[in-house]
Amino acid sequence: MRFLIYRYNPETDAKPYMQAYDLDIDAGNMMLLDAILLIKAQDETLSVRRSCREGVCGSDAMNINGRNGLACVTPLSELKEPIELRPLPGQPVVRDLVVDLSQFYKQYRSIKPYLINGDPEPEIERLQSPEDREELDGLYECILCACCSTSCPSFWWNPDKFVGPAGLLQAYRFIADSRDQATAERLDNLEDPYRLFRCHSIMTCVDVCPKGLNPTRAIGKIKEMLLKRTV
Amino acid sequence: MVNRIVTGAHYGMRDWLVQRVTAVVMALYILFIAGFLLTHQPLHYADWSNLLQSQLVRLASLLFLLSLYLHAWVGMRDIFMDYVKPVGIRLVAEVSVILSLIAYAAWSLQILWGIQ
Repeated sequence: MRFLIYRYNPETDAKPYMQAYDLDIDAGNMMLLDAILLIKAQDETLSVRRSCREGVCGSDAMNINGRNGLACVTPLSELKEPIELRPLPGQPVVRDLVVDLSQFYKQYRSIKPYLINGDPEPEIERLQSPEDREELDGLYECILCACCSTSCPSFWWNPDKFVGPAGLLQAYRFIADSRDQATAERLDNLEDPYRLFRCHSIMTCVDVCPKGLNPTRAIGKIKEMLLKRTV
Repeated sequence: MVNRIVTGAHYGMRDWLVQRVTAVVMALYILFIAGFLLTHQPLHYADWSNLLQSQLVRLASLLFLLSLYLHAWVGMRDIFMDYVKPVGIRLVAEVSVILSLIAYAAWSLQILWGIQ
């Protein structure tokens, strides 16, 4: 199988280039990450991030044949050859397939991704009804792999100001949490032409999410809540 | 001045809503006009002129055009926010669009009520 992999070492290369690799393997049940590790065994200078290798840690997000995804859960047999691998788009490249996600994490941090509750700490857990708990389904599963935000043109143009689909999905996860008491502040924090309203619902985030989540719907719910308190 | 990332303008909801409401107004008007055109074939100058001389149609046309201008404003501002980074140029671009749209609105009035 033929692979074309983006190579760039900012310390030694003037420009990024695509390097071809050939593997004599049968795709079978292999995932893309297995192939990348075989390539890395051939050429140890290739830099790539990976950890859990089963779609839970989100480390090996990359652009696979023009589409963001996790290498570890992408079956090799479904990919057209030559398989082109590039780093996540729009982010500074540290080396090869490894990008600097500082901007992404900064946006995540800006939505205060933790429960805010001023009540005295209870003896036991803060309880939720099963219905309230259900509200978090489709939100809490996000692993922050950055596939969605780095496929979003609005995030490419304004990564410093637009929270991005991942951050907004997480923001709604806390707005939707019955135990959280900071809804008004959270909405204030998002009511901004850049932070929230750069989203034009083009849904590339939904298209690429390897966990099958729907950031556009979460963003819609935030807009709905803002509308509710405006009119 | 320190080059800080500044957000927190606390607006945006209204523009988002305006974009949606004006889209609905335009869709309804387009359906109405399309319906008129389909039911008046072949179209004569008299039909067209009669339609546009009715006060109700004039008001509906005005609403359509104003919706179009508001919709265009939200869309143009979105484009400037994404692609025009220097604040000064963005401001000039936005103000030019606002002024042109106001001029168009006045012109639209003159045209709609000038039809004989």
